[in-house]
Amino acid sequence: MEGHSQYTPKSGFARWLERRLPILSFVHDSFVAYPTPKNLNYMWVFGAILSFMLVAQIVTGVVLAMHYTPETTLAFDSVEKIMRDVNWGPILRYAHANGASMFFLAVYIHIFRGMYYGSYKEPREVLWILGVIIFMLMMATGFLGYVLPWGQMSFWAATVITNLFSAIPVVGTSITTWLLGGYSVDNPTLNRFYALHYLVPFIIVAIVILHVWALHVTGQNNPSGVEVKDIKKETVPFTPYATLKDSVGIVAFLVVYSWLTFFVPNYLGHPDNYIEANPLVTPPHIVPEWYFLPFYAILRAIPNKLLGVIALFSSILITAALPWLDTSKVKSAVYRPLFRKEFWVFLAVCIGLGYLGAQPAEGAYLWFARVFSAYYFLHFLVILPILGKIEKPEPVPESIEAAIVRGEASHV
Amino acid sequence: MTSKDAAVKPAEPSRRDILYVATGVAAAGAVAGVAWPLIAQMNPDASTLALASTEVDLSAIPEGQIVTVKWRGKPVFVRHRTPAEIKAAEDVPLTELPDPEPDAKRVHKPQWLVVVGVCTHLGCIPTGKEGEFNGWFCPCHGSVYDLSGRIRSGPAPTNLEVPPYAFIAENKIKIG
Repeated sequence: MEGHSQYTPKSGFARWLERRLPILSFVHDSFVAYPTPKNLNYMWVFGAILSFMLVAQIVTGVVLAMHYTPETTLAFDSVEKIMRDVNWGPILRYAHANGASMFFLAVYIHIFRGMYYGSYKEPREVLWILGVIIFMLMMATGFLGYVLPWGQMSFWAATVITNLFSAIPVVGTSITTWLLGGYSVDNPTLNRFYALHYLVPFIIVAIVILHVWALHVTGQNNPSGVEVKDIKKETVPFTPYATLKDSVGIVAFLVVYSWLTFFVPNYLGHPDNYIEANPLVTPPHIVPEWYFLPFYAILRAIPNKLLGVIALFSSILITAALPWLDTSKVKSAVYRPLFRKEFWVFLAVCIGLGYLGAQPAEGAYLWFARVFSAYYFLHFLVILPILGKIEKPEPVPESIEAAIVRGEASHV
Repeated sequence: MTSKDAAVKPAEPSRRDILYVATGVAAAGAVAGVAWPLIAQMNPDASTLALASTEVDLSAIPEGQIVTVKWRGKPVFVRHRTPAEIKAAEDVPLTELPDPEPDAKRVHKPQWLVVVGVCTHLGCIPTGKEGEFNGWFCPCHGSVYDLSGRIRSGPAPTNLEVPPYAFIAENKIKIG
């Protein structure tokens, strides 16, 4: 989109550089003059928060890598060494471990924001799919990183997740052996997981650049879901307006992140991961990190191994088809009376699945997990396609300006 | 080749077409050749393959006891079954089994049951002498195995695997 002001190089050096590599005008157009809809609410600060968390995870991760040893007999002890001997080690490690949780918290809010305001709809389908790819890479990174401390939960998480691939008919066992580099989780597995845990975040950086690029081509969605018509009237320049609002969001987010890191650093962790990995003893109750629980509940809800694994992967991949499954032309839930209710039901189902994923897979828990899993897929495959056809949307404002005058869709 | 030539001889490939295809095939072969070692390096290496067999002395295992040995990094359960346990395992009608297999096909000598101690669901280690049939019970997702290591209920699709093993002496087996 066209920006608010044109960049004009002021110094001699800026003019010299601009003729050779126009990076200064690129940064100005993207992060200073870039027009943002002026009715954005605080749900729109999570993109900036996620960028911040990505950098925080890479920085803390790189320094932890300077003290960690990816070898089965040394890995657990090297983490203990970080906790006891390395300068500022416990804080760096807790910041990284809780940083993963905060990263996922932010990404879930970001995703549900997109779902509520229809941010995936035309023309933002590619933007949305890039987001789904980033989310999947984040899950891979989170899982790989969780294995590195080589505790009991690390080891058995690695075993269970790599065994998911053994459900594939005919070639499944060979694929699992290939992933592990052996017949069970062992040193080759830890070594390659470490290499990949270091690599994937930089692939995420690359996809994030594409995600931001796609965003800057279409422009941001906004709470009214109406596209910008008049840049001068309906948008404000990114700097200082969005920059400062994002900063406020990041500071508020940091309060929670700091509280977790400094006061309850093990609150989200599992005590079994402070027991060194033992290939001959499975902990009585295996649970993944909280951010995987809804998907874990779906996996366990299905009594057939192959179908359970298919359901697990489908539950993630189905979100990529969302732009085509939601048949409503109206973007924002603000003007969709039925979808507005359905959204909260769906959110409750997802949180419910998260709760059930942490409970033992038996009795009533199992039955609720089955009902909720079924609802999860019904939401995407049946409810959204039908809702768009039968729902009578409330009158959508002609423009963002009109929405602001009507006093709608500006605050949350 | 001009459009006029093409109109005259439509189906005749030129020398240039053949060169294009040949170059493409050679390039695809080169890519596959480079990709192969990059992918194959992730398979088990020579040292992992070298650890592929384990010997177990059975004389130290009293009747009724289960001993766990390590083979290829995985636990293997060696169970010295009592006559009552053998009878219970043999008497199960095959129609009751999700993965039907007679007990006799899963043992070399009835008193010795040797199975890989890895749940066929998602790889956890089942606990011995637990569950409805006093065989094994997997704590992760609730699979129940009987006295022959056969799946009876729960999400696991198949029986506990019987590893390749042989009696190398009266009281000694070699697994792998």
